[in-house]
Amino acid sequence: MNSNPFASEIATAENALHPTLSKFPIIDDDKMWYTLIIVSENLAGVLNQITNVFTRRQLNIESLNVSPSGFAGLHRYTVTCRSDEVEMKKIVKQIEKKIDVVLARFYTEDEIYVMEQALYKISTARLVENHEISKAIRSHDAKIVEVNSTFSIVSIEGLPNDIVALRNKLREAGGMLQFVSSGIVAVTRSAHEELSELLERRKVDELKANNP
Amino acid sequence: MKQRLSGGQILMESLLAEGVDTIFGYPGGAIMPTYDSLYDYRDRLNHILVRHEQGAAHAAEGYARVSGRTGVCIVTSGPGVTNTVTGVADALIDSTPIVVIAGQVGAQMLGTDAFQEVDVVDMMQPVCKWAYQIRRAEDVAWAVSRAFYIASSGRPGPVVLDFTRNAQIEQTDYEPERVRFIRSYQPIPPTAPESITDAAALIAKAQRPLVLVGQGVELADAQPELQQFIEKMDAPAGCTLLGLSALPTAHRLNMGMLGMHGSLANNKMTQQCDLLIAVGMRFDDRITGKLDTYARQAKKIHFDIDPSEINKNVEVDVAVLGDCKETLAAVTALIPQLSHTDWIDAFKPFADEENRVVIEPQIHPSDGALRMGEVIRRVSELTHDRAIMVTDVGQNQMMAARYFRFSEPRSVVTSGGMGTMGYGLPAAIGATFGAPERDVCLFIGDGGLQMTIQELGTIMEQGSPVKIILLNNNYLGNVRQWQQLFFQRRYSFTPMLNPDYEQIAQAYGIAHRTVVERAELDDAIAEMMHEKGAFLLQCAVMEEDNVMPMCPPGHDVDDMILSV
Repeated sequence: MNSNPFASEIATAENALHPTLSKFPIIDDDKMWYTLIIVSENLAGVLNQITNVFTRRQLNIESLNVSPSGFAGLHRYTVTCRSDEVEMKKIVKQIEKKIDVVLARFYTEDEIYVMEQALYKISTARLVENHEISKAIRSHDAKIVEVNSTFSIVSIEGLPNDIVALRNKLREAGGMLQFVSSGIVAVTRSAHEELSELLERRKVDELKANNP
Repeated sequence: MKQRLSGGQILMESLLAEGVDTIFGYPGGAIMPTYDSLYDYRDRLNHILVRHEQGAAHAAEGYARVSGRTGVCIVTSGPGVTNTVTGVADALIDSTPIVVIAGQVGAQMLGTDAFQEVDVVDMMQPVCKWAYQIRRAEDVAWAVSRAFYIASSGRPGPVVLDFTRNAQIEQTDYEPERVRFIRSYQPIPPTAPESITDAAALIAKAQRPLVLVGQGVELADAQPELQQFIEKMDAPAGCTLLGLSALPTAHRLNMGMLGMHGSLANNKMTQQCDLLIAVGMRFDDRITGKLDTYARQAKKIHFDIDPSEINKNVEVDVAVLGDCKETLAAVTALIPQLSHTDWIDAFKPFADEENRVVIEPQIHPSDGALRMGEVIRRVSELTHDRAIMVTDVGQNQMMAARYFRFSEPRSVVTSGGMGTMGYGLPAAIGATFGAPERDVCLFIGDGGLQMTIQELGTIMEQGSPVKIILLNNNYLGNVRQWQQLFFQRRYSFTPMLNPDYEQIAQAYGIAHRTVVERAELDDAIAEMMHEKGAFLLQCAVMEEDNVMPMCPPGHDVDDMILSV
């Protein structure tokens, strides 16, 4: 369970070597990876309140994605972090306590389907010279989406492990100019839709509240 | 019927619609349009001009604590609102409903470092229940109603409204709003039926139950339900600092306060009970001492309205979520009349020991300087245990909590979680407005009084009948006590050079008296209570007295020292 399916930039050894970060070891291998799915009203300042809960409990956010939820007026946050179950239970309750947060849940890797997107900008000269680069791109099912005389852009959609693996290969082969990944997005594998059910229940509650 | 009103006027109408009649505030640049509106509502909204915005926030807290209603502050932008941060944070940790309405620069100037602009929402969010910036007059009625709903419902807390100047001035059609529902906010979590039956089953089996009574009982107005619960269970109970008046002091099952300076019996028996039942309390470290060893032997039930409190510090076997007024009654209905006479009797030797070693010498000393405990107990007795006890923070607070006695609910006004020195004086002023028919007795030290001493001006102007009992020991006494016990008596900056407090009272036209001799104490208290308005009673108490018993920080809860 402690393999690292969500390894993203910050959790790799290179950051441990960074002159500043290395003084503050943030990687704790005893911790598990968790993904939080949080849904909030689309009001100003909610993101701050969510990240504040992590800050107060000295928990590092590894990736964070915010997007509309598909339900009118609701935003959805996907957050990954390393922690333990006891702490995750406290964290989601403290997040859900925020007035504008509708729901906060945490999941382990087997409970969700995840996807991440990444872009790699590489030197076209190196791409032409070093066949390892195109081999790596093909083996990861990545796409070259732009090529010009100076640089090329490679795009991939996949699991975080793929994205990191491809990045490591491209870096080793030389000529990597830029790398960015989106942070994961995730949907639950559960057969029941907790958010929809909750919203339905709240509609009933609203009727009751307004017609006591 | 729609009316065209300015945002400031809509604020006034909205406050009236929420039943507000008292506001603690201080005007300034960015809130001036609102104060201009307030001028026409003076007959319906009693505005108390404090002398510093921190005072407004604490006064609103004191008002809310004793009345159960939401306290209201209006302050200006920038320094006006930053001065309320301490009070807002205090209200959050102590679950006190207040609404702070702060001026803000015009919406078009936000983010430009305009004069007296500060990022209120970002600053307040970590220390309040909800913060919102009103940028349009159209949003005022909605935001105010939402603010009061959030502040007062569920686990109460502070709400901050950041009110831009343009939104105060602009005119719009006013329609009253009444927010009773927020999709993302469930103030009272649903109670799982099995949590009630599980709790009743544990209680029926228990031989040695102990109940921990917190402020949640008072917030739920569940004092009668709590009494029926503990009486049917025949279980001894201890109270947290904020829960002290949730159970009458004289109740046969009330074993006194819990925690660091709580009763010896409670803390000893916490480690011997077989069932610990927490009601509306949050297992603060001042209650539990060392968490790893806290009541390991006991099964635990936790009644609370806030799901995030469950298993936060102490893992429990049964969590009963919901409104404890209902859940306590539901559990009580399921249990038979129980009897735990032997267990209750087991508290007595500890109570006797504490009485002999600590309490008697503190409240009935035969010679030497006045002691804090005797002053407090005499004030309590001479007000027939019916007064509201307000405290500042420190030895005055712990002594008052230990020696004041309570017979009525909502009688404790003190800063618990935040431990805010300077809270006492303004909170006491607020309490006189929240419960005008009751006596308000403030116990305060020479340190804390000077932190918000400017509020004597508010007392002077309002004629607030605050009975200020100044326990003057010429020290920051609680820190001094810790220095004595844990820092080898190195009194680093705790001796206090004091002004002549009687002259200060004189300057504010407040009646005053100083007591040095024990023989004068009763007469002085009687004089104070006979005075219609405020009174400063300065008591020259023993300088190096200590609050005992004490569970040193980080020690097992039953590891208490009785004397130095």
